Amino acid sequence: MYDVVIIGAGVTGAAIASELAKYDIKTCILEKCSDVCEGTSKANSAIIHAGYDAAEGSLKAKLNVRGNEMMDKLCEDLDIPFKRIGSLVVCIYKEALPGLKELYDRGIKNGVKGLKLLSREEALTMEPNLSDDTQGALFAPSAGIICPFELNIGMAEIAAMNGAEFKLNTEVKDIKKDNDGKFRIITSNGEYTARYVVNAAGVYADVIHNMVSTQKMHITQRRGDYCLLDKQAGGYVNHVIFPQPTELGKGVLISPTVHGNLIVGPTAIETEDKEGTGTTAEGIGELTQKAGSHVKNIPMNKVITSFAGLRAHEDGNDFIIGEAEDVPGFIDCAGIESPGLSSCPAIGEMVCVILDKLMNLKKKENVITKRKAVRRTEGLSTEEMNLLIKENPAYGNVICRCESITEGEILDAIHRPLGATTLDGIKRRTRAGMGRCQAGFCMPRTMEILSRELGIKYEDITKSGGSSNIVLERTKEEA
Amino acid sequence: MNSYDIVIVGGGPAGLAAAVAARESGNDSILIIERDKELGGILNQCIHNGFGLHTFKEELTGPEYADRFKKKVFELGIDYKLGTMVMNIERDRTVTAMNREDGMFTIPAKAVILAMGCRERARGALNIPGYRPAGIFSAGCAQRLVNIEGYMPGKEVVILGSGDIGLIMARRMTLEGAKVKLVAELMPYSGGLKRNIVQCLDDFGIPLKLSHTVVDIEGKEHIEAVTIAEVGSDRKPVPGTEERYTCDTLLLSCGLIPENELSVSAGIEMSPVTGGPFVNESLETNISGVFACGNVLHVHDLVDYVSEEAKRAGQNAVKYIENGCREGDTTGSVEISAENGARYTVPKTIDVGRMEDLLNVRFRVGDVYKDSFVSVYFDDERVVHNKKRIMSPGEMEQIVLKKDELIKRKELKKITVMIENE
Repeated sequence: MYDVVIIGAGVTGAAIASELAKYDIKTCILEKCSDVCEGTSKANSAIIHAGYDAAEGSLKAKLNVRGNEMMDKLCEDLDIPFKRIGSLVVCIYKEALPGLKELYDRGIKNGVKGLKLLSREEALTMEPNLSDDTQGALFAPSAGIICPFELNIGMAEIAAMNGAEFKLNTEVKDIKKDNDGKFRIITSNGEYTARYVVNAAGVYADVIHNMVSTQKMHITQRRGDYCLLDKQAGGYVNHVIFPQPTELGKGVLISPTVHGNLIVGPTAIETEDKEGTGTTAEGIGELTQKAGSHVKNIPMNKVITSFAGLRAHEDGNDFIIGEAEDVPGFIDCAGIESPGLSSCPAIGEMVCVILDKLMNLKKKENVITKRKAVRRTEGLSTEEMNLLIKENPAYGNVICRCESITEGEILDAIHRPLGATTLDGIKRRTRAGMGRCQAGFCMPRTMEILSRELGIKYEDITKSGGSSNIVLERTKEEA
Repeated sequence: MNSYDIVIVGGGPAGLAAAVAARESGNDSILIIERDKELGGILNQCIHNGFGLHTFKEELTGPEYADRFKKKVFELGIDYKLGTMVMNIERDRTVTAMNREDGMFTIPAKAVILAMGCRERARGALNIPGYRPAGIFSAGCAQRLVNIEGYMPGKEVVILGSGDIGLIMARRMTLEGAKVKLVAELMPYSGGLKRNIVQCLDDFGIPLKLSHTVVDIEGKEHIEAVTIAEVGSDRKPVPGTEERYTCDTLLLSCGLIPENELSVSAGIEMSPVTGGPFVNESLETNISGVFACGNVLHVHDLVDYVSEEAKRAGQNAVKYIENGCREGDTTGSVEISAENGARYTVPKTIDVGRMEDLLNVRFRVGDVYKDSFVSVYFDDERVVHNKKRIMSPGEMEQIVLKKDELIKRKELKKITVMIENE
């Protein structure tokens, strides 16, 4: 019996869990995948938006601005990189300039600080690679870039360190509300009971909601294709560069990533498939064409990988956060599309307020509020490296040559709260395999470490759980 | 850390041959730095035969070929460090490396020989659409899993790209009981050696579809099928030609990229064609005393040529040290220009004074040429006009320049290598 069961361990679920973990309640997080950060949270623009985009008065606007404000402290506590590099919305048509002003005005109303309309010259001085057609730009200095994996994983770790229980590989099949008001959650991995349920199931939030509510919800998946470019192209722009937004979204952005790559994306293609994260040639082609309209000559020959994520778009075009009208104790966090990543800590805060009203939360003593990220060797001096290697020789063994990730870092990723159990899990915690060779070199080496440390057979090592096994069987039966 | 005259980055075929040659040229202060657990490089996983026909006049497997050089390294008492990654090379030839035992250390070297080899082009760089499930490997990664680790990735295989490793793996997977359904190649010609097409595909009845590529990958967790389509002369898929193949493994053998991150950060000038450094007749880069050989310089077809080239790099490094490690412009006064079908040449410039009596100039062609001529021009005068029955991008070509002929032409500025129809 749990006080609260959270369904979904993406950024929303993890943010709520880390916030709830400060209180004296029993919390459990159910996640259908083998790791946290396996859905929408792992495939997005990795941007912390300023908050000028959403309509005034909307939850999106309010939580975006609040989430943005919370981000510095949060990232410091989580020991993860966050860079406020600022964003530019670039206008390339003279007749569209009033649109920029509208965006500016909306931003002011939303409470976004530091907004500034730039002339063509000012914009081009800040970003020389903007299109020659640039007419002006909206500068938002509070926008930033982040590693969504580390944000998600960091918040989940904090929650786990404070006693929240994560049940991975646990897919919710059905939810029943008993007469005593308690929820029975039937999963692929047994039954769980809870006084309160928080639905943070991303693109599945409608499915989960509709299990208990008669007021049906509908989530549309909007697929976004992305290209990630080599670090050689990482400095091509210095801010997050957006085109002017349309009703389908904020358009194709170009941005450096916190790790020094360049990201281009997303498209916005509606799909019925809640797992439909396959890219298409058309989608990738569209990216090149659209990104090229506001930034010139993007070096698309430097692409090291492409991927797609799904945004959970709810028909009402705003976040739905609150108790379902006909199901007391069932809290929806649905339609968490962009700016969901930016808003997540504020969503966590808001859900806590809601739950506090329902159950009168009591602060716990000795709450852990900080965690140490996987210890990075990148950027360490020779002396620092040598101290580290002396302490643990595994830090002298480079496993991923593209990103210079050592065995020490991989061991750290495996042996920590909610540690990595898959190749993707290691990748997201350490960046091993995320460089230009895309694990061609380090995959067998990482497998060796996983097998040794977790005591599992090679055949049982997966890319990301489920049936994503890397190898099938031994070449020859051993005698 | 001891200091060394010559530091060799990489203990594969190039590094080993360079080390042996440098030692045999009289230098006894050589260190090979190898990141893997043993010397030999990628040869250790190339358990098929066909190596050494030129060097040893016999057919060896990869490990056997490597062993010949390893034995010499041991006999000659050349120092080496295993499990050690070079992290940085400075312009002044200071090499920084790291391993478990020594930690991070620097070696100021008089000469550095780059022998880091190459890596495979990954799926991302190929922009293949579809899902990103498990079961997609570069051919070399799969080769390591099968031959070194002893595990089969799957049983139903499709291979994209007809590079040599892909062809070798088509046979290897077949011999291990897998069904290799086809090899699809984007280009209208194979990227691999003719003999590998015959011995690895034809002999096993594995179809090779030229001008075809993968246009979709199915399977959300593990790969389940791929769609192959024909491509037009613009390399774009032709609608209506799609064919679906179920598979549990997709191997990619779509080109090799010289691994020059260290070289670039050291300030070495790179050829955009080969992805390797520009070098002079001594295989010296634009940084004095830094030499390059093997696949880090340009991707070779046969390891025998790697060994031969690396031997020269080793000898030249010793010569450089003996001549007092002179700094300065390494560019030779004669430029070699690759034109009209010849994509590049190694070397790129020649200092006639420094060159050996005979100099091998290697290059590749950009298309398949039948009954065409390899021509060499000294400025405007054609001096070589050799008919070749067939030339293809998968095989290296070479011409030999004679020192005495170059000396005779004091005013010579440019040598041009090109392919001519007649």
